[in-house]
Amino acid sequence: MTLKPDGRILLGHGGGGKMSGRLIRDVILPRLDRGRLGSLPDSVVLSGIGDRIAYTTDSFTVSPIFFPGGNIGSLAVHGTCNDLACSAARPMFLSLGLILEEGLPMEDLEKILQSMADAANEAGVEIVTGDTKVVPRGSADAIFINTSGIGRVETSTVPSVDRVAQGDQILVSGPVGNHGMAVMLSRAEFSFDFDLKSDSASIWPVVEALMDLGPGLRFLRDPTRGGLSATLNEIAKMSGLGIVIEEAAIPLDPAVAAASEILGIDPLQSANEGKVVAVVGRELGGTALEMLKYCPAARGAAIIGEVTSSNPARVAMVTRVGGTRILAEPSGELLPRIC
Amino acid sequence: MSSSDEHLAAKALSQDMNRVASKATRTMRFMEVCGTHTMAIHSAGLKSLFPENVVMVSGPGCPVCVTEKGFIDQAILTAKRYDACLTTFGDLVRVPGSAGSLATFRAEGGRVRVVYSPLDCIGIAAQEAPRPTVFLGVGFETTIPTVAATLKAALSNGVDNLFVISAFKTIHPPLKILAAKEDLHGFLLPGHVSAILGSDCYQYLARDFHKPGVVAGFEPLDILLALRDLVRLSVSGSAEIVNGYRRVVRSEGNPTARAIIDEVLEPSDASWRGLGVIPGSGLALKGPYRKFDASVHLPVEVPPTKDDPRCQCAAILTGARSPDKCGLFGKECTPEDPVGPCMVSSEGTCAAYYKYGAA
Amino acid sequence: MCLAIPMKLIEITGEGTGKVDAGGIKTDVSLVMVPQAQVGDYLIIHAGFGIEVLDHEEAGIRIELFKELAEATRTLEEL
Repeated sequence: MTLKPDGRILLGHGGGGKMSGRLIRDVILPRLDRGRLGSLPDSVVLSGIGDRIAYTTDSFTVSPIFFPGGNIGSLAVHGTCNDLACSAARPMFLSLGLILEEGLPMEDLEKILQSMADAANEAGVEIVTGDTKVVPRGSADAIFINTSGIGRVETSTVPSVDRVAQGDQILVSGPVGNHGMAVMLSRAEFSFDFDLKSDSASIWPVVEALMDLGPGLRFLRDPTRGGLSATLNEIAKMSGLGIVIEEAAIPLDPAVAAASEILGIDPLQSANEGKVVAVVGRELGGTALEMLKYCPAARGAAIIGEVTSSNPARVAMVTRVGGTRILAEPSGELLPRIC
Repeated sequence: MSSSDEHLAAKALSQDMNRVASKATRTMRFMEVCGTHTMAIHSAGLKSLFPENVVMVSGPGCPVCVTEKGFIDQAILTAKRYDACLTTFGDLVRVPGSAGSLATFRAEGGRVRVVYSPLDCIGIAAQEAPRPTVFLGVGFETTIPTVAATLKAALSNGVDNLFVISAFKTIHPPLKILAAKEDLHGFLLPGHVSAILGSDCYQYLARDFHKPGVVAGFEPLDILLALRDLVRLSVSGSAEIVNGYRRVVRSEGNPTARAIIDEVLEPSDASWRGLGVIPGSGLALKGPYRKFDASVHLPVEVPPTKDDPRCQCAAILTGARSPDKCGLFGKECTPEDPVGPCMVSSEGTCAAYYKYGAA
Repeated sequence: MCLAIPMKLIEITGEGTGKVDAGGIKTDVSLVMVPQAQVGDYLIIHAGFGIEVLDHEEAGIRIELFKELAEATRTLEEL
C-alpha cells in the first residue's frame, strides 16, 4: 500500500506501526530531513550552541490553515524562530509536534510540510526531532502544530524588560497588522478579493542587524496576538514605566488601513508574524534605523515613540489630529485563532 | 492631506472651539446620537481637544446596546425549537442573554453564522434548506434598507426558508424624547443614518425644541468641525440644523433607499433598553413580506427577562450616567465578560470608555 | 452600526451589482440603492450595499477648508 497524493490521513497513520512508518518515511522525512532527523532517534544530541541557550515553545492552531502569505506550517517555523530572536538568540534547531485530524487530505499535509522546509531553510534552522499523532475526526481542526526551538544567544547583554529606562526610544520593524488582517479577510464569512498577505517571516535578520547596539538594545518582543497594542502594554506593565507613541509615526500599509475600516478591526490590535518591537537606548533610535536601512526584513521600520515617567504602566497615544488617548490592552477574543 | 496638515487643521478648530466656548454662560452638554461617533471621538482622542465646558454625552444610537435581552433569548429558543441556523452581524455574538450568548450557544453545538452583509443569508438559507435560517434584524436606518432589499430579492427568488426576527429601530422617536431633556443642549447627528433620511428631517429639533443639531461625518476633522459649529450655534442661541456631511448627506437623503424600506416594513412599537416601549419606533414586516416574519411563523414563548439591577446600561444609553459611574464597570463587567450590551457592542459607550480610556 | 466606508466603483458586474475597491481590497456590492452610480464614482458601502454616491465637489470643498485651516495655523506659528 503506497500513500497516494489524493489520500487522506487515517487513524492508522498515528498508530506507530507500518502506516506511521510510511507516513514518516515517504511524506515527512523527504521534506524535512537535513541529516539528523532521518535516523529517527528517540532524542537528538546537539552541540555547538554555546553555554547560553535560548529555548521556547509555541503551539499553532490558526484557522484557516492556509492564508495569503503562508500557512500553519510556515507560521510554526517563523513564530518559534522569532521568539528565540527576541532573546537575541540565533535560531538553530526546532522540534516538531504534529497533531493531525483523521481525514486531513494528504495533499494539505504535504503543502504544509514543504512550507515548513522552505521557511526553515530560509531562516537557517534545522528541524531535528519530531512526533506525529492522529486523532479521530472532530477532535482537532485539521492540524495543530507545536514547535519548540533552541537558539544560541549572541550578545553579552541579553535584552530584558528590566533594562528599559525612561527616555528609551521605541521602534517597530515595519508596517503593522498585516497578518491579522490577511487571516481575517480569508475567513469564510467575508468574500473580498485582496492582495494583502500575512507578513509571516523570520525576524532574526532584523535582530542581528541591531546587535551592534550592544547594551543599547534594551528589549525585543514580537507583536503577535493582540498586535502592537498588546506588546506596548506588556512593556509598560512589566517595566512600570509609561509609553507615549505617535499615531502618525506608526507604519501602516494602505490595504491594512482599508481593511481595518471595512471590518471595523483596529490594526494596532491585529497580529504580526514578521515584525519586532525594539526598545533602544535614549537617542539611539536614529542609529538603529541606520542599521536597518539595508535589511529587507525591516523595510518600513520607524521610531514610534518613547518611554516616559508620565502615565506609568500605561500607553498613551497622540493621535493624527493631536488628541491624546490611552491605548488600552486588547480585550480577549478580538480575532480568534489568529495564530 | 499630510498628517501635519491634519494636526494643524485640528489645532485651528480646537482653538476656535475653545475661544467661542469661553463666551458661554453654562456648560454645554451635547449628545452624540450615533454609536459610531462615540467610538470615533474616543479613538481620535478628541476629548482632550475640547473646551472644559463642553461635555459630550453618548446616546442610544447603538443598535446592539438598545436591543433587549429577550431578543437574544428569542433567537436561541427559535434555533433550538425549529432546528434553525441563526445568521447575525458579528456584534451580537457575545451579547449576554438570560442563559448565555449566541457564542455560548454556538459552543454548545448551535448553528450560528456571522454575516457581513444580509445578502449572505440567501446563500446560507439555500445551503440549510429545508431547515429554516433566521436572521437577527438589528439596526437603524443605515442598515434597515439593506435587509429590506435582501428580502425583496428573497421574495422574487422564491426563498421560503429565510426568516427575520425584527428588532429594527428608527432614530426619530427616541430623538424626540431626548430633545425634550433640559440638560441636553444640542445634537451631533448621525452621518450614515442621515445619508438615508437626509438632513431636513431633523428640523423639529430646532423648531419644536429650540436646539441646534449638526450632521457629521466620521473623520476626526469632520467631527471637530461639526462640534465647533455646534458650539457656535449653542453660544449664539441659534437653533438650526446644519448639514456638516454634505459630501454624503443630501438634504432630502436617499429616497430610493427609503422606498425600499417602505415597501417591506411598516412602523410598529418597539422596546428600547433604557427608554422602554416607544410607540412607532420599530419596524415590522408587512404585506407579502410577512412570510419572512419569524415571530409569526416560528413562534416561541420567551420567559420574562431580568436585567442585573446593578447594570447601568439604561442610564448610560440616555446620557444620564457615564460608564465609570457604573459599579460594575471594569470589575464584573468587562469586554471579555460583559454584563450588559454597552460593554460588548463594538459601538457601546462602555466598550469605548474601556478600550480608549475615559477622557 | 454606521460603519460604512467610501469605495471606488470599478466595474458594473450585472443588473444592480458592481465591484468596488478601497486600498486594493475589492468586493461585490449591490447597487439597488444607488441606481445613478457610474464607474469611477466613490460609493459609501455598508453591509454589502452602496447607500450613497460621494459628492466629489463637496468632498473637494471640505478638503480645501481643512488645508486652509492648516495653512493659517502654520503661518501663525511661524510668526
